[in-house]
Amino acid sequence: MPNLAIQLTDINKNFGNVCANKNVSLTVKSGTIHGIVGENGAGKSTLMSVLYGFYQADSGSIAVLEKQTVIRSAHDAIQAGIGMVHQHFMLVDTFTVLENVVLGTESGISLKESLRASELELKRLEKEYHLEVDINATINTLPVGLQQRVEILKALYRGAEILILDEPTGVLTPQEADHLFRILDELREQGKTVILITHKLREIMAITDYVSVMRQGEMVAHRKTSETNREELAELMVGRKVLLRVDKAPANPGRTVLSVDNLDYKDNSGIHRLKDVSFEVHSGEIVGVAGVSGNGQSELLDIITGINPLQNGTIKINDQEITPESSVDAASMRRLGMAHVPEDRQRMGLVTSFAASENIILGYHKDPAYNGLIEMDSDAITKSCREQMEHFDVRPGNPLLRVSLFSGGNQQKMVVAREMERNTDLLVVGQPTRGVDIGAIEFIHRQIIAMRDANKAVLLVSVELDEILSLSDRILVMFDGQIMGEVLAKDANERDIGLLMAGIRKEAA
Amino acid sequence: MNERQVNDLVVTLVTVTNLLLAFLISGIVIWALGEDPWFALETMLYGAFGYDEGLGYTLYYTTNFIFTGLGFAIGFHCGLFNIGAEGQAYIGGLAVGLLCLWLENWSLWIVFPLAVIASIIFGGIWGAIPGYLKARHGSHEVVTTIMFNFIASVIMVYLLSHVLRPPQEMSPESRDFAENVWIPQMHEIFGWFGFEITQTPLNGTFFFALICLFLVWRFVWFTRWGYELRTVGTNESAAVYAGINVSKNIIIAMIICGGLSGFVGINEIMGSSHRIMLNFQAGIGFTGIAVSLIGRNHPLGILLAALLFGILYQGGAELSFEVQAIDRHMVVLIQGLVVLFAGALENLFRPQIEQFVKQVAIRTA
Repeated sequence: MPNLAIQLTDINKNFGNVCANKNVSLTVKSGTIHGIVGENGAGKSTLMSVLYGFYQADSGSIAVLEKQTVIRSAHDAIQAGIGMVHQHFMLVDTFTVLENVVLGTESGISLKESLRASELELKRLEKEYHLEVDINATINTLPVGLQQRVEILKALYRGAEILILDEPTGVLTPQEADHLFRILDELREQGKTVILITHKLREIMAITDYVSVMRQGEMVAHRKTSETNREELAELMVGRKVLLRVDKAPANPGRTVLSVDNLDYKDNSGIHRLKDVSFEVHSGEIVGVAGVSGNGQSELLDIITGINPLQNGTIKINDQEITPESSVDAASMRRLGMAHVPEDRQRMGLVTSFAASENIILGYHKDPAYNGLIEMDSDAITKSCREQMEHFDVRPGNPLLRVSLFSGGNQQKMVVAREMERNTDLLVVGQPTRGVDIGAIEFIHRQIIAMRDANKAVLLVSVELDEILSLSDRILVMFDGQIMGEVLAKDANERDIGLLMAGIRKEAA
Repeated sequence: MNERQVNDLVVTLVTVTNLLLAFLISGIVIWALGEDPWFALETMLYGAFGYDEGLGYTLYYTTNFIFTGLGFAIGFHCGLFNIGAEGQAYIGGLAVGLLCLWLENWSLWIVFPLAVIASIIFGGIWGAIPGYLKARHGSHEVVTTIMFNFIASVIMVYLLSHVLRPPQEMSPESRDFAENVWIPQMHEIFGWFGFEITQTPLNGTFFFALICLFLVWRFVWFTRWGYELRTVGTNESAAVYAGINVSKNIIIAMIICGGLSGFVGINEIMGSSHRIMLNFQAGIGFTGIAVSLIGRNHPLGILLAALLFGILYQGGAELSFEVQAIDRHMVVLIQGLVVLFAGALENLFRPQIEQFVKQVAIRTA
């Protein structure tokens, strides 16, 4: 086995006049776990796409296992011994594990023959790397943790010596993530090389041997993990000192602003998404909803904010009661005093092909301040947009620019600005910092706390446990559509919440 | 150049390139038939612009295409692909015709606004039903609108052959309306100011079409209703998030589509034929789709594209008349190539043109 798994030398990649990778060099030793960290847009994904053949570098060279290699497609990458586990799994939901693994490598005329031949090989791999999965199970019956295992098996089956994992823990509970790390350990032991792309510094510290930091398309540092720490890495990523903890005064909860009683919800296919959910949010406090994504948080948000109809239960906002009989939509919820930062800004919070000024009126386009008798008052809209951009430090501060041309962090700031500037009694926030760079995260967190300190009620839903822990005053943990438990933030620790997120109550554990 | 100017330039260049390509291939076909492509082009342009009668016909066709082009564009901005302009124009025209038969002794100043309202109601209903089916039951508008074209066609055949045809007549047409509900034709309007031009079907509706272009422009981009419509068409989830009623907007958009398409009846029936005829709308609705797509669903683009198709219709007729090897099928071929390159293969050279424009922009910056 050659000593070096990957050598990237002076990789350059431009998209138009945007420089995504600039003279990037990276050496990965065989048999190690090598982390690559960086903010969103730092060029990690571009670099890995170059390595995996999705893009071709404008210049630079790639050596795999100490052999100069030209990688023009994913096929070339697989041939060279590189396997990739994508952030969003590339599996056919209705196929079995075996079928998914074989997909694309079938040989001969009869599918049955090639499946039988593969079965033995797959079983051997499962045993060797402790990656047990029922090979005849259909993918959509498996939990995400196991689906990820199938992705890893797929790569190994194709003869991967080097595995690239792109943000692999985004969809996992802390326990599942630990399990994944044990698998990665095993792979390292067997001599495989792992490249781990992540923005979570905790994971880097927990599992990697080496770490490389990217910032604005450049490789800014290489470190031995044992010789660095989170603070240093964060500073390298952002280029300045960052506060990882948010400073905040103790909460001072007041009257009940939002109360949710016995909320029950079945989706279109009849699946029970919310089961008997009840809680309250008071003015002057931040209530965090933690949970692995897909456990009913999105449905809860959609119902509270009037996007989906209320089927069962009641919601009270500012003492106005909403029952399944009252017909409400997002507009009427806003009138009751709610502002909503949606989980997915691109899908819901913004119309990215519209100008910034047209986006700051989304949901408020009927506001008399923005309207003349017939036509809208574009001067007032532009002025208001410019103000919001100033208050929330959106760059570039140009109201006429299309939203898709702003970075993720600036797009998110626009959504947050639009909803916070309304100064409503209740702010509902979903994933406030998803895909947002560290600088903007800090800013948005401070704004959320400022809302609380101004005696507003904040309901915060996030899959980032760190975010929940550092912002919330009270934490609700959701699992399978239920609230598993409530924890006061000051007594909370990651392990307890992790167990609740996995559906295990303390008494039972 | 700022981002918007770059974008506008790219769009213009893409469209022009595609049109040139369509004409180039048409030229090759004409050359292969043993005719001189330059002469054909000259004949066509002369036929469309060279003398006042030709110009009159060109603008008369343009008027129709403006209405159906707008009728498609409004739907497109709301995320709908309305291919029912044909039927909506037919039913809208029926309303206009019935109104004229009924109120033929009234003044045009009263009948014209009533005709506008009638075609909005009838054409609008013809658009609203597919809109309702889409909004409430998810039926795809492409399927329903095309079916409504057939239904409209059958209804009109029945009405014209059984109900509206005067008993002594052989052809399936209504009787002529009295002259005082005829929209003045352009030669008459020019005559009021002492100019003499040849009589063509071009009539006062042309000005109404220009007003519609302007109103649609203001509506779509400057009112809150247009804002809702575009939000629904661009990002439905965002519309729901904003509390915008998606169903309502789909139905309203289809009503406007139907109303605008129905105005074809005003141009054709009140302005030109002065009676309800079979298939007066033939092909205008479908051409409207191409007009709108080539014009990038923007009123200014629609005006230019409608003019282009006016030229193709009128100049093409002249061409098949003048040049022996070219018959009317050849003209259809040219129109087809324009639709193919400027509509369906719109993005064929887009990457190259974008690259080029960006380089120019960087160099001049």
